[in-house]
Amino acid sequence: MTVLVFLDHEGGVIRQASRSAIAAANRLGDVDVLVTGPDAAAAAKSAAAIPGVKKVLQVTDTTGSSELAEPVAALLAQLADGYTHILATSSATAKNVLPRAAALLDVQPIPDIVAINDADTFVRPIYAGSALATVKSADAKKVITVRASSFEPVAAEGGNAVIEDVALPAGPGGSTFVSTELSKSERPELESARVVVSGGNGMQNEENFKLLEPLADRLGAAIGASRAAVDKGFVSNEYQVGQTGKIVAPELYIAMGISGAIQHLAGMKDSKVIVAVNKDPEAPIFQVADYGIVGDLFTILPQLEAELDKAG
Amino acid sequence: MSETTRETMEFDVVIVGGGPSGLAAAIRLRQVAPDASVCLIEKGSEIGAHILSGAVIEPRALEELLPHWREEGAPLNTPVTEEQMLYLTRKGSLEVPFLDRVMPHMSNHGNYITSLGDLCRWLAGRAEELGVEIYPGFAGAEVLVDDGGRVIGVATGDMGVGRDGQPGDNYAPGMELRAKYTLFAEGCRGSLTKQVTAMYNLRKGVDPQTYGLGIKELWEIPKEMHRPGLVQHSFGWPLDDRTYGGAWMYHFGDNLVSYGFVVGLDYPNTWLSPFDEMQRVKLHPAFRPYFEGGRRIAYGARALSEGGIQSIPRLTFPGGALIGDTAGFLNVPKIKGTHTAMKSGMLAAEAVAEALATNRAEPGSYTRRVRDSWLWPELRGVRNIRPAFAKFGMKGGALYSGIDAMLLRGRAPWTLHTRHADNEVLEPASISPKIDYPKPDGKITFDRLSSVFLSSTNHEEDQPVHLKVRNMSLWKTVNWDVFRAPESRYCPAGVYEVADEATDPKLQINAQNCVHCKTCDIKDPTQNIDWATPEGAGGPNYPGGM
Amino acid sequence: MKVLVPVKRVIDYNIKPRVKADGSGVETAGVKMSMNPFDEIAVEEAVRLKEKGVVSEIIAVSIGEAKAQDTLRTAMAMGADRSILVETDVVTEPLAVAKVLKALVEKEKPDLVILGKQAIDDDMNATGQMLAGLLDRPQATFASKVDVADGAVTVTREIDGGAQTIKLALPAIITADLRLNEPRYASLPNIMKARKKPMEKITPADLGVDMTPRLSVISVAEPPERKAGIKLDSAAELVSRLRNEAKVI
Repeated sequence: MTVLVFLDHEGGVIRQASRSAIAAANRLGDVDVLVTGPDAAAAAKSAAAIPGVKKVLQVTDTTGSSELAEPVAALLAQLADGYTHILATSSATAKNVLPRAAALLDVQPIPDIVAINDADTFVRPIYAGSALATVKSADAKKVITVRASSFEPVAAEGGNAVIEDVALPAGPGGSTFVSTELSKSERPELESARVVVSGGNGMQNEENFKLLEPLADRLGAAIGASRAAVDKGFVSNEYQVGQTGKIVAPELYIAMGISGAIQHLAGMKDSKVIVAVNKDPEAPIFQVADYGIVGDLFTILPQLEAELDKAG
Repeated sequence: MSETTRETMEFDVVIVGGGPSGLAAAIRLRQVAPDASVCLIEKGSEIGAHILSGAVIEPRALEELLPHWREEGAPLNTPVTEEQMLYLTRKGSLEVPFLDRVMPHMSNHGNYITSLGDLCRWLAGRAEELGVEIYPGFAGAEVLVDDGGRVIGVATGDMGVGRDGQPGDNYAPGMELRAKYTLFAEGCRGSLTKQVTAMYNLRKGVDPQTYGLGIKELWEIPKEMHRPGLVQHSFGWPLDDRTYGGAWMYHFGDNLVSYGFVVGLDYPNTWLSPFDEMQRVKLHPAFRPYFEGGRRIAYGARALSEGGIQSIPRLTFPGGALIGDTAGFLNVPKIKGTHTAMKSGMLAAEAVAEALATNRAEPGSYTRRVRDSWLWPELRGVRNIRPAFAKFGMKGGALYSGIDAMLLRGRAPWTLHTRHADNEVLEPASISPKIDYPKPDGKITFDRLSSVFLSSTNHEEDQPVHLKVRNMSLWKTVNWDVFRAPESRYCPAGVYEVADEATDPKLQINAQNCVHCKTCDIKDPTQNIDWATPEGAGGPNYPGGM
Repeated sequence: MKVLVPVKRVIDYNIKPRVKADGSGVETAGVKMSMNPFDEIAVEEAVRLKEKGVVSEIIAVSIGEAKAQDTLRTAMAMGADRSILVETDVVTEPLAVAKVLKALVEKEKPDLVILGKQAIDDDMNATGQMLAGLLDRPQATFASKVDVADGAVTVTREIDGGAQTIKLALPAIITADLRLNEPRYASLPNIMKARKKPMEKITPADLGVDMTPRLSVISVAEPPERKAGIKLDSAAELVSRLRNEAKVI
């Protein structure tokens, strides 16, 4: 079995999430990868260095059409012949392209898998992670996106794959790329951040909530909030982590002054490591935290920053 | 604010509330007056969303309303097969012997355990088949009265009004639903009923209404512990002799258990927390084994009227009537109000049909119909039991009710009265004994927040707070200084919290959590909290089985 | 210009779904159902285009059990002119749904199909892309802004870390993201009026579509519960553990 992984990259650097997709693909068979978009040549070089990758297919394109779903989906469908599985990490790009490719192949895609049982059987969250469904595909080919947080990424260096050029097929032509604007914020996006620092009721007010910013800056973290903090107006709605807010699964989630209502836990319990600081030792957040400190967060917060500074 | 832009629709009858009384009235109306246009509105997001009851249902009224209910698939599938009344002590329990003789009103032979929400969903289907227009998600917010003093319908609340009271981008004005007759079927302590009662002085000459708060959980338990048809009630521990109440546990359906606890809201101890009483009774050896290995599916709470016949107000007024528990038709010792609510709705429907035909302003024959039906003797026969508990305490009340049942057979020549409204009997924190409740274990017992989560309660966040404190300074001097914020304990949804307790206590209202039980409207010591309908579709979303 | 808006009936987003004890799926009996929130946004966008005079007719479509009528009524109360119910009791997978929609597009010939980006029950996020693929039409997924002018539609899309703008020639497919608009309420007068709007009922077989799912559900389970970890005494110990034990900083 040979698997094709569609890689996401940023300015030629392969995203770690894509290396998680390669890790998942390694479980299924030999791995070829496809890189597209501007800086595809640089990305192809980085991809070739990833251990376990047999072949890198690169699309060099300067017209912007590799930013569009139509030609890329058509290309994937063309390339599909030689592969049993087509994989990508669950990014906005992959979610735009892969289902379209699946339709061209008459295949029902399997998005967001978190586990591989065998070549046909996969586990994926449904209802925003409130349940896990194990599904078996009857399709001859599988088109899959992978939840990066569930697969340990492969190393970035050590491999030496061959690089081949492939050309984009002419798409339906109805779609034109106009522009891309990346948001200016220095902080990563809540949903894709590696570290999230969240504040709750215990932050007391809007002013105090800002005290989380230096910690987040040090850790390169996104800032989140519990529903209580949003309800009380400490921060706006878009910060809310929880069942009715954003669902996050960072490597490190730091909950400051969050009691841990079920609705909040539903939005962050898939984080790899959870840290909780709360003055109430009975707070339910401690039931899910890997590391907890019982105490006044306004005392602990500056200590934490100092310790991080000390450690460099 | 929106008088000029409100749309209007005319009906023969508008019914406010999609519970058993409202739905029974709607069905009966279309049966006896097939040409009458009937519109029913419900503040819950769907029929059944705000319905909470035990429920053991006596099918008498249903039988009269829809004689083919069995063939038509009414969800009454678990007949009562066994029943126990338990007197609890801290560690043990005694079963009351010869229950059918000592407490004949408790006898459940021929009754069914079910979800009242499911029954209402089914009734709504029958009503729609008969041509009733049902609109869930719309709250009756205002009573419409004409210049002659006749109720001419209701207006639904505006949607999309911001927290500051200003219309937002998605503002949609309420609508006037005008009707020749309006039936208020809002359930216990209806907010429009409150307005109509004041307008027409309907409570003149009757006892104050007295209430209970029922808090319920729905569990799925291991099959080997499930005994479908088993009905258990308890009294005694953990309540003191001055506090009326007890637990229920019913086994029904697919490994489902309805468990709950009712506390009379005439309790005196300000430290009492009905929620925590309900939680800790689950740990009692009489109940605990059933919960082990089970999982809690849903949670909710609702006040119920316990005043009985002495507290039923005048039922009609020009242009309408009160039906169901908003009028107080619950049979307290039976702990049943569904059959009485339905019956009252059916009788009101018949009276309205008659008034429609004869073009009379007030459907006055409703009162006579109630007195001439089985409803009146049933309620009259048990009228002294609940007041006896208030008068003689729990043990004395139990003794009295045994005597009333066995010797007097409900025909005592006297009537005991309720003298004080529930808000008047709370005692100051300084003289009330504190109660030490166990911490939730997260397996059998839980905290308020995780419980409210299981009621699937939601309110549009950006809307005016629907729990209105009339005078905030009164909160500090009375609620805090004298009673130490009883609302933070009696509210089963954690709506009321005290902030900055040590320095400058302030009341904080988390209106989003409100499960619409109405307890604050009832129990606040100075009646300083007014429960108004929030934006339609807000509130709990009780699931099937609840 | 005609717009087709598919809508799905799902468990209301305020309800916590409960896995059935036998692991066969999620309990839907007696559970409050509503229109998929992303589909509400799609309907709203179509209605706004109609209010701007760009669109002349909005057709709402739902594929599912008979109860999906309620969802179509809601769509019509929000402003759709008529609706089509494609009735089936089979689990609706994006591939089959896309095939049904393709058949309807060929019949109704809309210039634009606006879908929600994903349904909050199966979280597939695929139907719009698949429909575009099957029709060989341009697509703009995860739309946060839509402008129709001169036979083309310019769409701003949500992408990781920012926004992308693309221009599609009509006819085209758009999927709606959260920030596209804030859907209006279905007001009571409009719900009353929607009772009188036309609803056509057909089956997938009428359109020649085989609904047989490609994915079979082996089991559905609750996600594993996390175990409580350890309590630490100081920030120093926390930083050292995060660095040396958990290796996350």
